[in-house]
Amino acid sequence: MKNIRNFCIIAHIDHGKSTLADRLLEETQTIGSREMMDQVLDDMDLEREKGITIKSHAIQINYNHKGEDYILNLIDTPGHVDFSYEVSRALAACEGALLLVDATQGIQAQTISNLYLAIDNDLEIIPVINKIDMDGAMIPEVTDQIVDLIGCKPEEILLASGKTGIGIQDILNAIVERIPPPAGDENAPLQALIFDSVFNSFRGIIVYFRIMNGTLRKGDKIQFVSTGQNYIADEVGILKLNMVPKDSLSAGNVGYIITGIKNAKEVKVGDTITLAANPGEMIQGFEEVKPMVFAGIYPVNTDDFEELRECMEKLQLNDASLTFELETSKALGFGFRCGFLGLLHMEIIQERLEREFNQTVITTVPNVSFHAYSTKGDKIVVNNPYEMPDPTRLDRIEEPFIKAQIITLPEYIGNIMTLCLGKRGILINQSYLTPTRVELIFEMPLTEIVFDFYDKLKSSTRGYASFDYSPIGYREADIVKMDILLNGDKVDALSALIHRSRAQDFGRKLCEKLKELLPRQQFQIAIQAAIGAKVIARETISAMRKDVTAKCYGGDISRKRKLLEKQKEGKKRMRQIGNVEVPQEAFLAVLKID
Amino acid sequence: MPQMVKAIANEMHIQQAFLSNSTIHTIYFGGGTPSLLSLEQISFLLNNIHQHFTIASDAEITLEVNPDDCTPEKLQAWRNAGINRLSIGTQSFREEDLKWMNRSHNALSAIRAIEQAHQASFQNISIDLIYGIPGLTTEAWLQNVQQATQLPIQHLSCYALTVEPKTALSNAIQKKLLPDINTDEQALQFELLMQWLPDAGFQQYEVSNFAKPGFESKHNSSYWKGIPYLGLGPSAHSYNGQWRQWNIANNSLYLQSIEKGIIPAEIEELTPSQKRNEQIMIALRMKEGIYFNQLSNLFSSEHKAALLSNADKWINRKLMEWLPEVQQLRLTTKGMLYADGIAADLFETT
Repeated sequence: MKNIRNFCIIAHIDHGKSTLADRLLEETQTIGSREMMDQVLDDMDLEREKGITIKSHAIQINYNHKGEDYILNLIDTPGHVDFSYEVSRALAACEGALLLVDATQGIQAQTISNLYLAIDNDLEIIPVINKIDMDGAMIPEVTDQIVDLIGCKPEEILLASGKTGIGIQDILNAIVERIPPPAGDENAPLQALIFDSVFNSFRGIIVYFRIMNGTLRKGDKIQFVSTGQNYIADEVGILKLNMVPKDSLSAGNVGYIITGIKNAKEVKVGDTITLAANPGEMIQGFEEVKPMVFAGIYPVNTDDFEELRECMEKLQLNDASLTFELETSKALGFGFRCGFLGLLHMEIIQERLEREFNQTVITTVPNVSFHAYSTKGDKIVVNNPYEMPDPTRLDRIEEPFIKAQIITLPEYIGNIMTLCLGKRGILINQSYLTPTRVELIFEMPLTEIVFDFYDKLKSSTRGYASFDYSPIGYREADIVKMDILLNGDKVDALSALIHRSRAQDFGRKLCEKLKELLPRQQFQIAIQAAIGAKVIARETISAMRKDVTAKCYGGDISRKRKLLEKQKEGKKRMRQIGNVEVPQEAFLAVLKID
Repeated sequence: MPQMVKAIANEMHIQQAFLSNSTIHTIYFGGGTPSLLSLEQISFLLNNIHQHFTIASDAEITLEVNPDDCTPEKLQAWRNAGINRLSIGTQSFREEDLKWMNRSHNALSAIRAIEQAHQASFQNISIDLIYGIPGLTTEAWLQNVQQATQLPIQHLSCYALTVEPKTALSNAIQKKLLPDINTDEQALQFELLMQWLPDAGFQQYEVSNFAKPGFESKHNSSYWKGIPYLGLGPSAHSYNGQWRQWNIANNSLYLQSIEKGIIPAEIEELTPSQKRNEQIMIALRMKEGIYFNQLSNLFSSEHKAALLSNADKWINRKLMEWLPEVQQLRLTTKGMLYADGIAADLFETT
């Protein structure tokens, strides 16, 4: 055990984590350069493109240091705000962390919140300034930031470039010398922390774990503490580039287990694996992951519903944090009410449906999970506008709040204040991390960051702000259900749950947007936003008076036929609300409203 | 003889079997400014046509001309060469409109050209008018139409101004240098036109075409009836009943290809369903609409039933009418305003 080092890399998106990980693997010949594909740890297309490690993985590195063989387990962590719980579990599986900071960018909010998580978990922090070979590298300034932040000595900070390989050897040495070996008793009852799982269509769910205490053998009858479910350890092993089966693994090690589980829902990140015969206790920090943002997902063609269902089921196999249930909409037909960890998670699901499963979908207005209390005192969880009880039966509604942490340059404080206060935020703290880095802490309703918050934050700070959040419970709020009507017919897919103070503005913008997106038809169309029977905004699309081209002679026929055929094709994808034809873009428009 | 004129004659030679040796009933010099051709060039082309094809003795032979190119001598010469129908590009009798459209002729020269053509014993004269131009009031449009109907013409094509993408006009509108066209205004002017012209003796026989009885353009009607045609020259389109084809637009590439004896055309073979869609599209533009009795080989009784059931909502909205005794499905006058959208709606999905 004294020759094992478990570590992870804390870094902001684009600060070079994946490239650095590649260098570590290359330098230690964990993978030959022939098999070396750029950024091996990110193996989903989407991750590569977004530069975000969505699902964490782990890999074992063998390294000889001063004549002694060491096992270094690199545990990869997801890099986005929506996945902070998953990050905390990956950190709990480590004794140390590389704090990787881009020399040209400095410290970002997400780095800091993950760093705090690491410090909370008592991890040894090895600060590394990356990309020192770049033109815009600000080594002294970034050094000061890191010293201020973690109170280390400047000489403890390593300088590196994942791209050129500078400093890679120093990093490997520091991992061995500075990070403590795992503690734990291999003879104690088994306690293995689940930090991730993946779905393999041949083998079922592969669970990644770190053994805190005890020993896990092939063939053992094991138990997941949170669910109480028992399984047989069909295969256990360590993670190289491929899985390497072993007879047993004991305290301190990182590995995988295959038990034939087919449903990702049975495997919960943060859960503890123990032996059914001699159970150990649950490792601290386990939480049930709850979806935070809900939206409907519908096939573009109603005929494709069954296909979409299959895809959603497959997707859920390797993403247990996605929840969905059947939902029907008058406007959109059959679809699913889906729960996501956050907005990015929602985008990822949408993109994966498109890329991996070839599904084009319509996503409806997202909302957070509200708690409605009836006059009788019942609590109703409202994840969908139609679940909102009638106002006459309502005592009060509560909405989820978050603590938002924003790090920016001092010149953007004003813009951020305007943005966050405008979104019902409450400033809790403002502090200078360094003379050029300000941290702002707000308490904000989660529902306010569901709409266009990220884009707004980006544009009002020209990209110089980083954002992180964590939920802090529910607070009472005046939430109303706003409906959209077309010529008097309600479009259920466009209903939204929204704070009363924002309803009129949002309703007006939505009506305006719909006016842009709905094609003129042979009759007038009234677009209305209403709360109950009260209309709060209205736009009118006048009737199309003429739809005929002037000339259609011999040379025009072919082109014209194709044009009309395309038009017909487009109409097929439109949805009929009463007598109004609504193109699918109209349903997506709400996501673009600020 | 210029290279282009020779090339067109050569293309004629290569393509002489395209129309399966059937008798030709119409010849049309158009799509550009054929009045720029010298008399010698026109005669050369007509001679070549007569050498390669069988031309009916009463064939309609049209020349598209600019008012500016018309002189009594030229008009007489064209008439003598065998041209029996003129299509004069008047566009408007209002100086403001002509200036706005960058036309080189003025209102007076347009009137003069028509009168001189009449004097040169042209008895089948067509002109065109454009409406929906920014600044054209309803009164001005009425004056324009009245001016036209008082002249010795037999045929009138009236087009709503259309802004084609990537043109100087569309650029100017995008940069707000010119006001955008108002389609509501255009619709009104079109509706008024459909009332005024019949009163003046011009019956509408297609969305944009009006004629005194017997003077409907035979040539254009052939397009709308699905009769085969052969187009010659760069960009020219042809149809032989089975496929459509169109020549390359680039002049020098056209010349090079004809030089080698190759027709530089793109060919599109039509499926039965595409043929039906074309038929729906073009027949609905005509006053008489779809005559199922004449189209029984294209529309089976199932196709007809499906089409009629789709047309039901348009019939209910009085935009179409169905005359069962003559098996005719056509647009009402009001429906003419929505010919494109209705046609698209009635298309089969391919």
